[in-house]
Amino acid sequence: MVKVIKPGFYTTIQDLGRFGYQDYGLPVSGAMDQYSAQFANALLNNNEHDAVLEITMTGPTLVFKCHTLICISGADLSPKLNDLCIKLNTVIAVKPNDMLSFGKLNYGFRSYLAVSGGFQTEIKLKSRSMYKNITTKLKIEANDHLMINEFNQTKTNKHAALKYNSELFSSNVLDAYKGPEFELLSPAQQNQLFNNKFTISNLNNRMAYQFSELFENSLKPIITTPVLPGTVQLTPSGNLIVLMRDCQTTGGYPRILQLKEASINILSQKMTGQALQFKLLE
Amino acid sequence: MDAFQPTYKPYGERSILVEWPQEIHENILQDVLNFKLNIQNHFIKQKIQIISAYNSLLITYDYTIDNINDEILTLKSLYSSRKVTKIHTLRLWKIPVCYDDEFALDLEELSFKKKLSKSKIIKLHSDTIYTVYFIGFLPGFLYLGGLDESLYFPRKSTPRQHIKKGAVAIGGNQTGVYPNESPGGWNIIGNSPISFFDPSKDIPCFAKAGDKVQFVPITIEEYDDISVLVKEGVYQMESEVIDG
Repeated sequence: MVKVIKPGFYTTIQDLGRFGYQDYGLPVSGAMDQYSAQFANALLNNNEHDAVLEITMTGPTLVFKCHTLICISGADLSPKLNDLCIKLNTVIAVKPNDMLSFGKLNYGFRSYLAVSGGFQTEIKLKSRSMYKNITTKLKIEANDHLMINEFNQTKTNKHAALKYNSELFSSNVLDAYKGPEFELLSPAQQNQLFNNKFTISNLNNRMAYQFSELFENSLKPIITTPVLPGTVQLTPSGNLIVLMRDCQTTGGYPRILQLKEASINILSQKMTGQALQFKLLE
Repeated sequence: MDAFQPTYKPYGERSILVEWPQEIHENILQDVLNFKLNIQNHFIKQKIQIISAYNSLLITYDYTIDNINDEILTLKSLYSSRKVTKIHTLRLWKIPVCYDDEFALDLEELSFKKKLSKSKIIKLHSDTIYTVYFIGFLPGFLYLGGLDESLYFPRKSTPRQHIKKGAVAIGGNQTGVYPNESPGGWNIIGNSPISFFDPSKDIPCFAKAGDKVQFVPITIEEYDDISVLVKEGVYQMESEVIDG
């Protein structure tokens, strides 16, 4: 078990989400940066679907109540075990009463904590991913007890040689395919889309990221149609919105681009004020 | 059977979008849902996800598509050889709704601006048999077609921050029920005590695309009684099988 002393800014349990329930209007959910979440799981020899803690910007303080192995990937939030700094992307053994805390955000925006066997929190509709009105909680809170299984081995594992690809943090380019309504854009709009940088506004969360720059736009809403994480919408008021993992299943704004999966991970590690560029994939 | 010629477009690395003519029509819905069933039957051993809406299907595979043309060809041949399969039984659900002033926050305004009495609005709203086009927006939110034109009413210019779970509302040419508390800009004319989304069930919504829905006016006393039964998990909603 893991006891939550402080929850951090926005810390949730995430796995790879609820694939297959979108017909009931359920978001897919799941880790925002799936690369980092899966990397941490892989280093522990976990199943890729095992649940991890997604830690946003400011980390929690956690006390372990049993032996286990942990691995932290993604953003660098200066993790410390008791009072010692620990490395990212490294398997670390913890014992009862060890305290894990986080400090300064050095790079990235979301960090992932995996434990051996994954977090054993409640499963709702085949996933542990926290979401309002589906799971009991929508984020972890102080004094929560997060179930994990005791794991007593300390042997190094076969994936120790895996190398983390840090391009996730250095890249400011979002690769995207044309969306279904791309051809409705005027040449001037297309030009603006690919030859400018876009700054992430403070409206960014697990549902969507909005950009500050506005488009001249006369495109009307469309008849409500399906959307996916990574769908880039252009609203009638000229706002560019990238839908993220907790997005609705349908929407009525023109879908001008669809991000490559890897670009959803890149965007998940960015925060308010950072600027990015879109690159069209054929 | 081949009245429509859907178009096929890649949508990112793992999905294909199939689109019908851009209008809201029951004939299109039938074709969309029928094709969806045929696709689901074809891919029965494979993990795929299909989102359907008024006039489109979005098929997402659990792998990156290698050859988009091959996948589209598979879908096209499935479409041209599709059978009218009837696996799901379609139902008409009788959904209890209390239109009492306690819940109907905007009924007064609607009545005044539409120059229709409250009871006339309730009658028009509850006489109609609506078609469930799809579920979207929120878990368990039914997109219903068939609202009487005389009840069309624009969304509020400023949405409410908190709309009560079960609120029955009108927004533009649509009507619907908020399955959970949420913000929203539709005009509230009543409340239903039943649960539209239950995450503890493997099939979390009672209704599905293609079903029909009718609202049945109830008193506030009946509302309280049904609420108790719903809470105890013993409420049985009235419904009947309809021929698709």
